Amino acid sequence: MNATQERELTKEFLQRVHAIPNGEKIDQCLQCGTCSASCPTSAAMKYPPRKILAALRAGKLIEVFESPTVWLCASCYSCTVRCPAGIPFTEVMYELKRLGITKGLLGKRTNGPAMAETFVDGVYKRGRSADAELICRYILRAHPAKVFSFVPLGWRLFRKGRLSLRTHTITGIEGLRKMMNAMGEGDAL
Amino acid sequence: MSATTQPVYSYFPGCSLEATNRAYDVSTRNVARVLGLEMVELEDWNCCGATPYMAIDSKRSALLSARNLAISEKHRRDIVTVCSSCFLVLHKANRQFHDDSSLRGEIRQALQAGGMDYRGNVRVRHLLDLVVNDLGQEAIERHVVRPLEGLKVACYYGCQLVRPFGEVDDPEFPRLLERLMGWIGATPVDFGMGAKCCGGILMTTQPEIGLDLSGKLLKQACKAGADCICTICPLCQMNLEAYQARISARFGEDCRIPILYFTQVLGTALGLGRDELAWEDALTPVEMVLAGKGQRGQHE
Repeated sequence: MNATQERELTKEFLQRVHAIPNGEKIDQCLQCGTCSASCPTSAAMKYPPRKILAALRAGKLIEVFESPTVWLCASCYSCTVRCPAGIPFTEVMYELKRLGITKGLLGKRTNGPAMAETFVDGVYKRGRSADAELICRYILRAHPAKVFSFVPLGWRLFRKGRLSLRTHTITGIEGLRKMMNAMGEGDAL
Repeated sequence: MSATTQPVYSYFPGCSLEATNRAYDVSTRNVARVLGLEMVELEDWNCCGATPYMAIDSKRSALLSARNLAISEKHRRDIVTVCSSCFLVLHKANRQFHDDSSLRGEIRQALQAGGMDYRGNVRVRHLLDLVVNDLGQEAIERHVVRPLEGLKVACYYGCQLVRPFGEVDDPEFPRLLERLMGWIGATPVDFGMGAKCCGGILMTTQPEIGLDLSGKLLKQACKAGADCICTICPLCQMNLEAYQARISARFGEDCRIPILYFTQVLGTALGLGRDELAWEDALTPVEMVLAGKGQRGQHE
């Protein structure tokens, strides 16, 4: 990605974030670090929340996309409720996830996109998510070599009748698909 | 929606209550029956999309919720759910629908393409909010037949009921569960992590992080002398319950503790039996807790 493309990426990201309710507050970040200090997973992030905004301002957003950072957000909203500037940072993380998927900019060593895509496929197919099917498809997609590592827990749940191999498709699946197809693809909200 | 007569609610179980967390479904239905809450399962409901859908497509994520809201509106009922994730996803979509007129137009048009419509007249509630704030102390105490004297409970909320909006309770120091536990005779213990994150979906996608986050919660609850952890979210329940052996090995200390849904704890005080609360489903030794004998408490 050259400098022009990087500028375009930053511009598009900011446009999308500004379309989120209170998203424009991203411009008022004080770099105080309350977000990173509140984040339960920031220790594992190369770019914790505060650094993401620092990278954005330095024109280095691409480095954020290339790290697994954004998919380490567990969506706990601790940063959002504490930010003194009122930035809805969890929504910013969601926007980074969406933009990364749209642009094919996915961090290495992260399984988040595989999980999200498997989940979305299942919902489009049945209108509901079946845990057993979701986990099986996810493992085959993300790390087929580890397919047996989930067996012990799966077996414990299965014995309790908590792992149903039956799947349910909603009666109104055709209608739901018509709705989904009628809805424009979502950028930011 | 109708204030004059006893309200009837649309019950939204959510996908995980269909199998993995069916004990939450069973105990919820029975608790509601005893408390006289009329809840009718929302017909042909669809998945709310949870957090993964929002990470891919925000508009279609909102649309998924809107279909459920539309069905409930047809019956003039508010939605009640016991899953924190379903609660937040449905509630957030509902707020977006109200606040963003262009999105509202798009959603309605898409719904109409599938023969439905939504006008924005449904509220989304979590059962805990309903039990504590609508029914209240007097109504609950009246139904208690077996006060859980001496049971020490670590009240665990997780994230998505209280954050980001903080409308149901304080976003960092919620107290709904503690109040409810007091009404049924149990003793809430302060373990200081009631609204901390269990790791959510990261337990599956990034297990190292998930095990650490859930591990800290288990460790603190044990340290505080709790007999059990009481949860209000199916994913939290699974994360805290299913990996205790691995977490104990990882931290080098015994982090095993029964993990119960709040409906199971409440249901026990209401006199419901083991099948009505689906005790058999538990992976942790919940029997002693539900029999009114605090496992850890006995040693003291």
